[in-house]
This record gives sequence, C-alpha cells and structure tokens, in this order.
Amino acid sequence: MATLQEIVSKPSGLASGHRMCAGCGIGSIVRTVLAASDKPVVVANATGCLEVVTTIYPYSAWKVPWIHLTFENAAAVASGIETAYRSLRNRGKITKDINIVAFGGDGGTYDIGFQALSGALERGHNFMYVVYDNEGYMNTGNQRSGATPYGASTTTVPAGTKSFGKPQWRKNIVEIAAAHRIPYAAQAAVHNTIDLYNKAKKGFEADGPAFLAVLQPCTTNWKYDPALTMTYSRLATETNFWPLYEVENGKVHINYKPRNRKPIEEFLKGQGRFRHLFKPENKHIIEKMQKLIDEEWERLLKLEESGVAL
Amino acid sequence: MSTLKPLTGAQAAAEAMRQINPDVVAAYPITPQTPIVEQFAQFVANGIVDTKTIPVESEHSAMSATVGASAAGARAMCATSSQGLALMWEVVAAVPGLRLPIVMPIVDRALSAPINIHCDHSDVMGTATIGWIQIFSENAQEVYENMLLAVKIAEDKDVLLPAMVMQDGFIISHGVENVEVFDDDKVKAFVGERNPDRYLLDVDHPYTIGPLALPDYYFEIKRQQEEAMKNAKRVYIEAGKELSKITGKTYPYFESYKLDDAEAAIVVLSSTAGTAKDTVDKMRAEGKKVGLLKPKLFRPFPYKEVREALKNIPVIGVLDRSIAFGAYAPLYAEIRNALFELDKRPKLQSYIFGLGGKDIFKSQIEKAFDELLSGDVTPEEERYIGLRG
Repeated sequence: MATLQEIVSKPSGLASGHRMCAGCGIGSIVRTVLAASDKPVVVANATGCLEVVTTIYPYSAWKVPWIHLTFENAAAVASGIETAYRSLRNRGKITKDINIVAFGGDGGTYDIGFQALSGALERGHNFMYVVYDNEGYMNTGNQRSGATPYGASTTTVPAGTKSFGKPQWRKNIVEIAAAHRIPYAAQAAVHNTIDLYNKAKKGFEADGPAFLAVLQPCTTNWKYDPALTMTYSRLATETNFWPLYEVENGKVHINYKPRNRKPIEEFLKGQGRFRHLFKPENKHIIEKMQKLIDEEWERLLKLEESGVAL
Repeated sequence: MSTLKPLTGAQAAAEAMRQINPDVVAAYPITPQTPIVEQFAQFVANGIVDTKTIPVESEHSAMSATVGASAAGARAMCATSSQGLALMWEVVAAVPGLRLPIVMPIVDRALSAPINIHCDHSDVMGTATIGWIQIFSENAQEVYENMLLAVKIAEDKDVLLPAMVMQDGFIISHGVENVEVFDDDKVKAFVGERNPDRYLLDVDHPYTIGPLALPDYYFEIKRQQEEAMKNAKRVYIEAGKELSKITGKTYPYFESYKLDDAEAAIVVLSSTAGTAKDTVDKMRAEGKKVGLLKPKLFRPFPYKEVREALKNIPVIGVLDRSIAFGAYAPLYAEIRNALFELDKRPKLQSYIFGLGGKDIFKSQIEKAFDELLSGDVTPEEERYIGLRG
C-alpha cells in the first residue's frame, strides 16, 4: 500500500501551470490516477474542463502522450489507441508495455459520450475510463447533466417560483458500467487520495475495461468557498450522498461506511446550487433527498452482503 | 504480372485494403458500404491479413476510433456511406486539422429524407469543404487503384491529410467486373509502411494532439492545412507516376474523352461517365463532335487544368448527381468557377440527374448533347434529367 507521501512524491504526468480554477480538484484526480500506473500512460481526453485548462495552444501541461478529439468520444478514441497498441505490438513495431486511460467530465460520460463508452466497455478494450464528476456542464457555466443531483439549481433547469431545480435523480453510472460485465468499476472521491490511488491501480491492473467515477466538487458552479473542495467531497461520503465502493468482477465492496451518517443538509448547506432548498416551502425536497439516499445506501449494503454479482 | 479477379466495387476496395494490410480498421456497416466491411472481416477471420479491426457501435465511434488508432501511430482506415458519413461528420471535419492520413472508401448513397439506399452524391458533397482529399472512381478498377493512390498521397510528409475514395452505391459497389489486381509484392512496396514523425505510442517522446487553439493560432493552423491541400495536388501526380510503373496506366486529374475537337462536352463524375462515353462513341459515329471530361481528383480541384482542357469547347453541360439547394450544383459550380478566367467563355448548362438512384440512360445523355450542340442553354437555370413530368 502506497502512503500519501509516496503517491504525491511520484513524478507527475500533469505539470503545474495549467489554468484550472482555484480550488478545483481535477488536477489532483489526474495526478493521482497517473501516479497509480507503473507503466507509461497514454491519455485520451473528452472536451471539457480538463482539456480546456491543460492545453491552450501552443502550451500543454501534459508530460504524457495526450489526445483530445471531440466531446462524446473519448472512449472510442481510447479503443482506437488500444487496438493500435495491440496491432503495432503484434507486428513488432513497438515493444513497451503501456496503460491507456480516458478522462471525461460527467457531460462527456453520462450524457453525450454514453454510447461510445458503452460500446468500448462491451468490446472489452483494455483501458480505464475515468469520469471526473462535477455534476453538471461546469466548463460552460453550470448546465444540467445526467449526473446533476435531484434538487440542484442549474442554468438550464434553474430553481424559481415554479421549480425546485432538477426534478430527477442522477444516473447510477457505476452500476451501468458494471452491468457491462467489466472486471472493475468503482466510485471514488477527490478528497480520499489513497482510496482513489488504490482504485486506479486496480483499474490499470484489471484484465479488460475498468471504470472509475470520481466526485469532483466544483467551486465555481456549486458556488462555495474555493478552500472547501475537499471538505465538500468528504461530506458527500459522510452523508452517503456519494458512497465509496467498488465492483470487482461484479461483486460489490463498500470501501467506507460512516459510523454516524451525517444528515444530507450537512452536504447541501453552503452550496449556492442548493440554497433554495432551505426555504420552508422546499423542506420536503430535502426530506425526499434524504429518503432516497438512505434507500440507495441500504440497497448497496444488501448488494455487498449478498455477494451476488451485479 | 497481374491477375484478373471478378470483383464488385466494394470487393475491389477491400482487395486494395488486403494489400495495404492496415494496422487498424474501425468501421460500422451501412448499406451499400457493408460488403467492404464484410469482405475485409473475412480476410481477418481467415488470417489473410493481420489487421486488428474494431467492430464499433456507430459511425461516430468508427471515425473516432480510427483517429485514436491513427494518432497512436497506426495506419488506420474506415469506410462508410450516406447517413454514416453524416453521423461521423463532426469527427470527419476534425481529422484534417489533426493532420492524420486516414484513408476512407465512400460508397455514395442518397441522404435522408426521404430515406433511400441508392446512389447519389449528396452524402460526399456535404463534406467537400472540410479538408479531405477526394477522389472519384468510375468503376471497380478505379476504386482499387485510387485506394492505393490515396494512401500514398495522404501519408506524404508534404500532405498529411485524410483522403476519401468514392464509388457509386450499388451501381459500382454491387456490380461485378473483371478487376486487374497487381502483384502483392509490388503494391506493398508502393504503399510501404506508415512512418509517422510523432505518434502517441512513442511514449518516450510524449506529444499533445488536439489542443484547444484560440484566435491567436487557430487561423494559422488552418492556413497550414490549406498549404497541405495545395501540396496534395502536386503529390497526386507524383504518386500517380509511381503507380503507373506497376500498372502501366496514367493518373491525370481528370479523364479527357474525345475532347480535342469537340463542339459540345459533358462533364460528369463516377459511373455515369462510362454511360456518357458510350453515348459519345455513338454520336461520334453519327458525325457529331461531342466529348467528355470526367473529374477524378475533386479535392483539391484542378481549376487551371480543367480550364485548359475546356477552353475551346463552345458549349458544355455539367451533370450533377446532387443538388446544392439554393445554389449552383456542386460540380457545375466548380466548372463555372474554373472557366471564369477565360476571355471567351464556353456556354454552360447545369443538369441534375440520378438522385436517389434514379437511372440515367444513353438516350437521355444524347438528348442533353443535342441540346448543347443546338446552343439551347439556360446557364442560370438547371435542367433535370429523368424527372417525372
């Protein structure tokens, strides 16, 4: 097991000097994931925050081979790289072992990139897909996505006199990925570096596709103090809003079980996107959110306990 | 040495791919391109090639995976038609800017709506301005040879642009012809192996491909792309000269058929040029001086050479198998543009024909020639061949 000190001391595939917002955790996610590979890594990146802030021509923050093509196809691009890798190796044109990872935001993963992701997982390419999930189209200013939580106010489904924000629950992307019968799918969060590192390592070592969803609180559009990114990430796990778990060959294992589950208000308060929920008329929305979180948690516990493969 | 094989146009494309033996092929089946994918998959299944294929879930992913493979360092190919080309358009448009030499056979088919699986050129004409080299083929033999040429031109260091090789859906893709297939060794020596300067799998020399470029550099990158396209025009001829050493044929920008003393000419792409040449022969036997120009290289378009070839022809009809709605038809517009520099310009007539696979007959082409010979033209108004009255 690597210590935090060992992880952060590894040479980084992503240089400092990129243009991420103050308080953004995407850089930490990328550095931790890349550090978990003991082989050279090739990166495919969907359009989104990460691509925009790391590459403005003629500069690049990437110290590893990196490609961006368009918004919805990072998984398809990665499948092309992986196939080229197998072909060129087979023909003796390259010899080194490598790992391939695709990074996308939740827009490029849950929504517009969903089909390409499913296709790549189903075909069994040996690569890892990492979604940094900031729960909306945050690069373009807080539009709704399939990952946006119930009750959040976004610019495309704003809260108003007739609206409490998003009326739907978010997609369960990890279980959807696991349903492709891939060897490894997991949910992690930016504040827990060691957990993220271990999961990325398992993902890289899996024989086949791996999928990793990492919670990435967005200071800019969740609207909170930039100093509190890790705090909100931790609160998301302590409230069971974002459980840390993994699905290894279909079997669920929960990595963190809070001793005293905090009420969801602890996560919601201080975030501008949820401010309207604290009005008296929206009390029932928070109650419903709490109920859904508790039900989901119970279901996850049962899945783990049963040992039945997803 | 060469071998005559009975091949459809689709099989001729696959036969070229067999000899090219690309590192990766990613494609999604679509009528009428499907037999290319199927034939090539059988080559893989039987170990005739050791290409790795990616049976993707859509055309968008087909071109995306092809780009991933090409950027990774592979010689990568794709193939599509019509709706498939439309679905992958976003990625198709990005490829020239990434300077990846992907070669893609296109089996031309009408675009929806109404949905129609038969031939016209409305699919490819929608991509004529986005930076792919485009070569049109009259028959299966040309498909086969143009595929080889396309690889050579696309991968040239002065070019590094993607290339499409067109054939007419069903008419060529599903019609069997005797195709002269040249020796594997010679063809393999001609196409060589892709040798990229930079590629993702060269992990000791990491590079960034596909970065965001803002107004300070985007324009400059696009300007370089246009320079590459200009180079492609030169390299097309150079590659053709090299290929002719194997095939004994020539590879001009276009085919001129009995144009020298022609009093009227028709310009038409692809399979219809064969029908039109028959018509020319028939009318020539009757003493009528008619001729034909069949463009092969459509992008980059050889304006100067076309102008030279057509400058002395009094009247010219241009037959388009697609409409540019609200504008001059695509091929007509190019011919009209090419002739602008002349002091004394030929008279011109635009004809639209064959949309959605509507057949065109020699008698209809003859009627068009007769109109041209009589000087009966309306240059600002297109005419329709074979349209129900």
